[in-house]
Amino acid sequence: MKILVCISHVPDTTSKINFTDNDTKFDTSGVQFVINPNDEFGLTRAMWFKEKQGASVDVVTVGGKDTEPTIRKALAIGADTAIRVDTEALDGFQVAKELAKVAKDGEYDLVIAGRESIDYNGGMVPGMMAKMMNANFVNTCVSLDIDGDKATAVREIDGGKEKITTTFPLVIGGQKGLVEESDLKIPNMRGIMMARKKPLNVVEPVAADTHTKAEIFRKPAPKGDVKLVDADNLDKLIDLLHNEAKAI
Amino acid sequence: MSILVYTESENGKLKKTAFEVASYAKGIAELMNTSVTAVSINASDVEELGNYGVDKILKVDNDKLSKFNADAYAEVLTQAAKKEESKVVVLSQSANAKYLAPILSVNLDAGYASNAVKLPIIEDNFTVERTAFTNKAFNQTSISTDVKVIGLSNNAYGLKENESSATVEDFTVELSDDNFGIQVESVDKNTDKVSIADAEVVVSAGRGMKGPDNWDMIEELADVLGAATACSKPVSDMGWRPHSEHVGQTGKPVAANLYIAIGISGAIQHLAGISASKNKVVINNDPEAPFFKAADYGVVGDAFEVVPQLIEKLKEFKANNS
Ligand SMILES: Cc1cc2nc3c(=O)[nH]c(=O)nc-3n(C[C@H](O)[C@H](O)[C@H](O)COP(=O)(O)OP(=O)(O)OC[C@H]3O[C@@H](n4cnc5c(N)ncnc54)[C@H](O)[C@@H]3O)c2cc1C
Repeated sequence: MKILVCISHVPDTTSKINFTDNDTKFDTSGVQFVINPNDEFGLTRAMWFKEKQGASVDVVTVGGKDTEPTIRKALAIGADTAIRVDTEALDGFQVAKELAKVAKDGEYDLVIAGRESIDYNGGMVPGMMAKMMNANFVNTCVSLDIDGDKATAVREIDGGKEKITTTFPLVIGGQKGLVEESDLKIPNMRGIMMARKKPLNVVEPVAADTHTKAEIFRKPAPKGDVKLVDADNLDKLIDLLHNEAKAI
Repeated sequence: MSILVYTESENGKLKKTAFEVASYAKGIAELMNTSVTAVSINASDVEELGNYGVDKILKVDNDKLSKFNADAYAEVLTQAAKKEESKVVVLSQSANAKYLAPILSVNLDAGYASNAVKLPIIEDNFTVERTAFTNKAFNQTSISTDVKVIGLSNNAYGLKENESSATVEDFTVELSDDNFGIQVESVDKNTDKVSIADAEVVVSAGRGMKGPDNWDMIEELADVLGAATACSKPVSDMGWRPHSEHVGQTGKPVAANLYIAIGISGAIQHLAGISASKNKVVINNDPEAPFFKAADYGVVGDAFEVVPQLIEKLKEFKANNS
């Protein structure tokens, strides 16, 4: 089983969100970048397949040299090889096309991506790349098992879950549930040392075109002050929710 | 040239989001001087869509589509978009719509803007405002392709009645085995409870509840309000509540009319995921909890005292107002 895990390099969840260049670019100054949380659950599940079922696990990202510490971290967690497609990630379509090329060329059976990246929240890369590769696709995947040439997955749906069986090649849009929070691994010293010796292959992009362009960003208008209601006067809260907010 | 809109149904009945995406599609149709065509799969009484500006309904009845299948459903929409020569396809951001939209956009070679919150500006390179950084920002995204797919965030546009008479046309689609690479073996859905995605009101609780045994009052409050229940991330990580209730940046997004947070501190990752909700209420015994800065209404108090009282008072209120 050859597994490819797609890693998105995203600002840490506590980052201050600001923009520069007349609000056209995300301001990266002082921002710490991490493995996209949804991808980290997938990576950790992939490590399980490696340890228990002898799978090989490579990681890939589309981005500039600045993304290398993030994929090095994935190597330190245990991935075998990292691939960086050397181009700026501009939109979901372009990224999907670059990733689909890597997945096809490498003849991967299973591609695990995250259901969305926490920066642009596009939620489109895994589905697009699956269609481009003619692979099966399971989104919002919260459980994945492999048995020979069959895969069993659980997909989260609105208000419940659905059990799915399918075959390879397969693309997953993963999230928490693939593994638990407590299963996530912080790389140890040995992992970090070993990661330095593992290959990080920089490949040329296919120079895919884009379909969309992120133009101007804006931040939400500042919120007004909270209206405090005394804990002994909950009738007031009900009155506000009914007459002012019209929410009940 | 008609605007195509995918109007979702469940057990043969149109969902509320179907009327919202129809309203939105009508908004775009007015900007582009064209009509609205809805696609509905295995639903009855689709005529109601006419009240929200739909001119034509392509009604698909197909046993093969009795369970949702993203690739096959995307194929239906692809064929409908080609037949109608649609330049814009609109979907909701339900779990199913998010699943099929990327497939559809590859089929149609269309640019896809997800999480849209406003009508597009047509003359300005077809630019759509969408949320980014999990509601911490908005972004104007332009779409350069001839055909465009837009995913409308739940509750971002609302329902707009727009009387028209919709014609219903049976629509048959060609599906191949390739569309069914995924087999749905079983669906486990809580049918007597509203889902977080569809709920008007969400009652959410955090670590302040001290333990899983204290959730009875959260459930009861939710019951009184006809609300969905949700929780903060640590609550689901500790197994107090199922993962499906985890809301926030790494959990589910909430865009309800009313979000009530009980014993939740208001960490940035939590707030990001729920901030699209219209009215936010916090109940917390720590007046310094960051949630008070993000909420519209707040009660400083012990949840174990406030919530039971609130339940009683809401029951009274409901009895007097129904
Ligand atoms: C990468 C990453 C992603 C994350 N994603 C998410 C996410 O998606 N969703 C999410 O929720 N969190 C997320 N978190 C976690 C987040 O940072 C917070 O740790 C979490 O939201 C805190 O949960 P809480 O408010 O339930 O608990 P706490 O922060 O412990 O807050 C409990 C609150 O309860 C109050 N309280 C205690 N007793 C009472 C009482 N008797 N009555 C009333 N109030 C009481 C306290 O004053 C306190 O404010 C993420 C963190 C990271 C690092």
